[in-house]
Parts: sequence; structure tokens; C-alpha cells
Amino acid sequence: MPTFTYMTRCDGCGECVDICPSDIMHIDPVYRRSYNVEPNFCWECYSCVKACPQHAIDVRGFADFAPLGHSVRVLREEKMGTISWKIRYRDGRVKEFTFPIRTTPWGSIKPPSDYAAPDANALGSQMLAHEPTALGVEMLPTLPVLDKKEV
Amino acid sequence: MSQRSSKNIKFVDADILVIGGGFGGCGATYESRYWGRDLKIVLVEKANIERSGAVSHGLSAINCYMGMQWGENQPADFVRYARGDLMGLVREDLIFDIARHVDSTVHKFEEWGLPIMKDPKTGRYLREGKWQVMIHGESYKPIIAEAARKSASEVYNRIMVTHLLMDKTRPNRVAGALGFNVRDGQLHVFRAKAVIVAAGGASHVFRPRSVGEGAGKTWYAPWSSASAYGLVLRTGAKMIQMENRIVLARFKDGYGPVGAWSLLLKAQTTNAYGENYEAARLDEIKSLVGKYAETTPLPTCLRNHAMLQEVKAGNGPIYMQTQQVLDTKEKENTGWEDFLDMTVGQAVVWASQNIDPKEKPSELTTSEPYVMGSHATCSGAWASGPEDCAPADYQWGYNRMTTVEGLFGAGDTIGGSAHKFSSGSFTEGRIAGKSAVKYVRELAGNPPQVDEAQLTMLQQEIFKPLENFEIGRNEIVAGSVAPSYISPLQGLQRLEKIMDEYVGGISTFYMTSEPMLNRGLELLTMLKEDLDHIGAEDLHQLQRAWELHHRVWTAEAVLRHTLYRQETRWPGYYYRGDFPKLDDADWHAFTASQYDVKTGEWTMSKLPVHHIIE
Ligand SMILES: Cc1cc2nc3c(=O)[nH]c(=O)nc-3n(C[C@H](O)[C@H](O)[C@H](O)COP(=O)(O)OP(=O)(O)OC[C@H]3O[C@@H](n4cnc5c(N)ncnc54)[C@H](O)[C@@H]3O)c2cc1C
Ligand code: SF4
Ligand code: SF4
Repeated sequence: MPTFTYMTRCDGCGECVDICPSDIMHIDPVYRRSYNVEPNFCWECYSCVKACPQHAIDVRGFADFAPLGHSVRVLREEKMGTISWKIRYRDGRVKEFTFPIRTTPWGSIKPPSDYAAPDANALGSQMLAHEPTALGVEMLPTLPVLDKKEV
Repeated sequence: MSQRSSKNIKFVDADILVIGGGFGGCGATYESRYWGRDLKIVLVEKANIERSGAVSHGLSAINCYMGMQWGENQPADFVRYARGDLMGLVREDLIFDIARHVDSTVHKFEEWGLPIMKDPKTGRYLREGKWQVMIHGESYKPIIAEAARKSASEVYNRIMVTHLLMDKTRPNRVAGALGFNVRDGQLHVFRAKAVIVAAGGASHVFRPRSVGEGAGKTWYAPWSSASAYGLVLRTGAKMIQMENRIVLARFKDGYGPVGAWSLLLKAQTTNAYGENYEAARLDEIKSLVGKYAETTPLPTCLRNHAMLQEVKAGNGPIYMQTQQVLDTKEKENTGWEDFLDMTVGQAVVWASQNIDPKEKPSELTTSEPYVMGSHATCSGAWASGPEDCAPADYQWGYNRMTTVEGLFGAGDTIGGSAHKFSSGSFTEGRIAGKSAVKYVRELAGNPPQVDEAQLTMLQQEIFKPLENFEIGRNEIVAGSVAPSYISPLQGLQRLEKIMDEYVGGISTFYMTSEPMLNRGLELLTMLKEDLDHIGAEDLHQLQRAWELHHRVWTAEAVLRHTLYRQETRWPGYYYRGDFPKLDDADWHAFTASQYDVKTGEWTMSKLPVHHIIE
């Protein structure tokens, strides 16, 4: 596989197609459901799994080293700012974990153009946006200018 | 074919074109908007920037952070560390430049909403090691993508960039880029005053350890297709340290990273008999590399070397003794999150093989080699350094400009500046973005003009694999065996086999020699010829065809660099069987190459290493 789509859950919305960094989730023209067209170029990155609104995608470990019977499922809740994992072992043991994913509301990042425009002369300095304040120190560290003959 | 060819073209004009929306590209987009309020900044990406690149599933640590606000480390300390790890060979000016800015990047990430873990005792960021801080990083990429989206004038997702375009009258000046939309095949011609390439490093240049269905389970993402090098080197830009491929020690098959386990949780690495083999092999390492064996911490490559010797001696498997350190629920959470945030596949391996890290140790192994400029190695383009502190011969133009005018780079693209990782790649993007704004401002009405002859030629070339398939397919009944074309996957498998067997991959324990490299070059040259006969059955396969092109060109650079340097430079990354020892007096230099577009010749040379920090 390793990702595969449960036929009965998928409604063909295409979110997984839109997100896969490897361009391997495609919609089957006959069934109008998604499937992995190139399992050997899947990374198990779970981007499609996290994006699917129907929780229709699952992962089965790569056949060359993963015995059957396990599952690693995920629920990413953007509004709550959490991600939860449920790991089921081949022998039936289960482990569950929840971790935070973001501390600010989605969409709240201030674009660079919302800050006061920098002085034109500053373009010639070594300072980057929001520096030196954002560095947490008063001055950008520098090195002595090298004697050109020395090098 | 007409809907996929020259007639269906979209022209996009930009002041600054950023190619690749990973960490370098997002940084470049953010910073160029900060300085260039009125400029048209276009970001083009082959996937969707929301989850593209090496950080698609997230990361569990930021590996480059000084902590200057707490007096933890200074940029000069970081240069010493990176130089030690690469056994003396780094561009100290570039590394210093990243290190002095990287804290402002990380503080911005936190402000944007990235959860950075804190040490409850000190209130500072929780350190994994001297340079790393721990994060809850599952959404690392979507967060920085949001910042980049808000900075770009336009973002083009799902455009596979295949070539850079050059200026009509000045052959050493970039004028834009060319690519096609992987969904509808529309050709996109980007005309730009400055171009920043941040298209990432390379997996799948060497044969991976996994086979069959698992072939895509590599450490660096399978979509890291060497475009950073494949695009840049074909313009004639000077490249350095392409022989500096990286081999990583990782949890076997899942490729789970070992950093948090050894540095934070303090788990021991042992051989099968529970022995600390690294310490036991120190004298032997010293006889091979001399003073470099005394560097603390021991260079990454030398630690690989110790592991390889141990496996060859029959003392494997190598184990991480995870069970010895997971004594609290908190530690168990940390250990698991390390993977679930960054390499979920490791959790899949454990669940499927009934390995509970609380009870049993886990196997470690060395990976196949990768080509990249942002991790613990530094392959990539030779770039002009920071104006205030780069030595004179490291400075010919704007900061982070390659030897091609108007062509900038960041992250994996730029050579010589190892150990940037995610935060450093974003920071280098910021440096390049600001420089590009300055360059565009100073062009003053002298913008480049796309060379139409080059454009016409490339338009035909880009879609040729579709034609090859359509014509060749008629010769056969069914199946994948055809006399006149090979598929992108078949081509990739040939590349991996050549590189693995002749250029020092896993099957030879990373060993190669001049006769092997020469034979490899012969076979690689034939593969390059066969690239004209790749058959792509659809646009998805057309993307794979161009990824293969970029990988093959990159592979050639790796091979030529390895052949040129007659010594074993970093034992544990690769070995020259005909020159097993390090010869520091003669070889304390960068290896450079330059491809001549007109003649098809490669020129190899050495460039001096300047130590600007004691
Ligand atoms: C498993 C793993 C674990 C890691 N762990 C850590 C860690 O803990 N901490 C840390 O700081 N760093 C870590 N790193 C390293 C970090 O991810 C990289 O150093 C960083 O992402 C490099 O940035 P980049 O911009 O050069 O490349 P990328 O972020 O890979 O971006 C390249 C972009 O270019 C796009 N692209 C490629 N080719 C083309 C083309 N032809 N046309 C258009 N677009 C294209 C890609 O889709 C991608 O979006 C890890 C990496 C991996 C893979
Ligand atoms: S995102 Fe889910 S529901 Fe939508 S096409 Fe993909 S698998 Fe089907
Ligand atoms: S797991 Fe990642 S690579 Fe695999 S199909 Fe899903 S998005 Fe694509």
C-alpha cells in the first residue's frame, strides 16, 4: 500500500488529492473514490490521512518489513489545536497519545506588510525583518572585517 | 497533444520568483515581502505548500537555535561545532550568518503559534542537545505555509519546474523558469528579475534499503527530487562539495531519528552484546583520521564508521536501548511524540512488529546516502557570502547569489553551510529574500529578457516523454516492456543501481574506487542518453520523468566530485578503497564543479577553505 481508502467511507471530495506531496492520491474514474496510484512512492507522511474529512484513509505498513494486523490512526482537530493517535499492535495492545499542534488561532499570523515599512537605507544593512528586537539581544553579532591580504 | 504543449501557455511576470515552498522558500517569500512591499513576489511549488517538502508531516525539534537571549550559545560556537562535524570543511561565513539570525526566526515561529516546549525549571526552551530545542511540531509546516501565503503576491501549487530560463544577451544571467501544471498540463513561463531556488535536496539517488512496496520509505522524503541541484547546475552555476553525500544512523526501516532518544532521553547505543562499541573503536578511528577523532562531539560520519565496522564484524544488530530510559509516562510520551510528529512510520514498525520501546530495544542502522545541503552535510551551489564578513574571494555579488547573476538559493540549494536544518533553511531563505530585493532595486530598469530560442527548444523537450509513450505504446500489446521507451520508474531503478554499486551505496558498504567510478560514469552517461527515451503515460508520470532528470544530473555531479577527490574524506559517509586515508595537507579544500552548457564539459577545481573563526 501503504495508504489505502475505505470504499464505503470515501465520498470523492478530493481533499487527499489536493494535499499529497507525492501526487499519488488520485480519484478513480469509475468508482469516483480516491486511491493510492503509486504506493512505492508514499512516505507514510499521513498528510492525506489527516486531511480526509470522512476518515476514509488508513495506512497499512509497507509489506517488505511490516507484518499485518497493526494500525496507527490519527485525529487532527484544528480548532481544538490537538492531534490524537491511537496505535493498535499486532498482538492487540493499544496505546493512545494526544499532543498540542498550535497555540494561536489558524489564520492569525500577521503578514510582513502589516508592519511599518523599513527605512530604505536599512536594505543595505545586515539586519533582517524584526531585528534586532526579535533576536532577544541588543545587537546583531558581527565578525571583524578580514584583512583581504590575509585570506 | 496540443492542450499539453506550446499553444497552451501561461506567462507570469514577477520581480522575484521563489521556486519551492519548503522551509527555504517560505523564508524567502516572507522576507522579500517585508523589504519589497511593492514587488511582485511569486512562489511556485510542485506540490501544495500546506504540506510540501521535507517537513510535510512535521518535526519534533528545531535543530538550529543559539539561545543568545539567555547567553546559551554564540554564533561563533556554532561555527566551531559545524566545522568540527564536517572535519574542517565548511563555509564559515555562511554558517556564521545563519547562526546570528536564526534566533529571530525561531522567536517568530513561536509568536506565530508553534508550540515550543519549555524547561519548567528555567522557563527557557527545552533543549534536546546543545543546538536543538523540542517542539510539538506536527503543524510546523502548515504554520510557516500560512506566513508564506500571506506574503506572496501569487502562489502556484502543483507546478513542476523543469528548467531555469536564461537571459537573451547575457548567458550568465537568469531570466526566469519554466514548468508545467501537473493537473492540466498547462505550460507556465515565469519571467523574473531575480530567482530564488529552494527546491530541496535528494532522496532516491542511491538505492534505498527498503524494497518493493516499501521503496518510498526513505529518510529524506521520496519527493525530494534533487531539483535544487538539477535546476541550478545546468545553468553553469558553480557547485561545491557534491561528494559530501550524507548517510544517517536511524531506527531500522522506520527511519525514526535518534537525536531525542540519545540526547534528551539519554538512551545508550550498543552492539548486540550490549557493549559500547564506539568508545572501544576510538583508537582504530584515530589511526584512520588522526586529529579529527579527537573532536567533541565525534563527527557524525565517524560515528557511522564505528557502527559499520561493528556490523561488518558480525556484532550486529546495533540497538538503541530504549527500555532503559522510559521509566515515566512523561518520558514515554516524549519518545513516542518524537516519531508521531515527524516519522509516523516508526510507530507503524513498532506496532506491526510488537516492539514496545518500554520493554525491548530497537534496531538501528545506517541509511542509504542522500544529497543535501541543509543537514549534517553541505552539498550545493557556491554562493556569495555576507557583505560584512565574507572573505574577499567568497564575495562577488549579493549575499546568497550563486555564480549566475540574479540566481539565489536557500536551504538544501546552497553548499558549504551544513547544519541549518529547518530553522536555518528558513533563515537562509530570509537572507536570500532580502538580497534579492536589493538586487531587483539596483537593476534599475535593466531587467533580463527571456531567450526565446531557449524557450522554444525547452517547450518541445518538456512534453517529449508524453509523445514517446504515445508513439511507442502502439508497438506493443500490453504490459510495461517496450522496445523504444522506459518508464520513469525503470529509469530511476537503473540510476539507483548504478549509484549504489559503483559510487558507494549500501551494497558496497559505501566503498568505491577510481575504476568503479569510471565504470559508473560510463553507465550513467548511457542512462543520460536514455533520458530522451523516457515514456510518460500521463502528467503524473511526466512529473516523475522530470524528477528523474534532476536526479540523474545531480548523481553525475556526485560521481564526478567523488572521482576528482583522491581520498576518503568522511569515513562513514563514503570510502575510496584506492585512497583509504585522509590527506589533510593536500586536500584541505572545497571541491568545485562547473558544467558548461555550450560544450557539455565539466570543469573540476579546488577552492580554498578560509577559517575566519578561531
Ligand atoms: C525525517 C526528517 C527529519 C528531520 N528532522 C529535523 C528536525 O528535527 N529538526 C530540524 O530543524 N530539521 C529536521 N529535518 C531537516 C529539515 O527538514 C530540512 O533541513 C529542511 O526542510 C530543508 O529545507 P529546504 O527548503 O531546503 O527543502 P524542503 O523543505 O524540502 O523544500 C523544498 C520544496 O521544493 C519543492 N520542489 C521540489 N522540486 C520542485 C520543482 N521541480 N518545482 C517546484 N517545486 C519543487 C518541494 O515540493 C518542497 O516543497 C528533518 C528532515 C527529515 C526528512
Ligand atoms: S479526502 Fe477522504 S473522502 Fe475525500 S476523496 Fe480523499 S479519501 Fe475520499
Ligand atoms: S501518506 Fe503522504 S505520501 Fe502517502 S498518500 Fe498520503 S499524503 Fe501521499
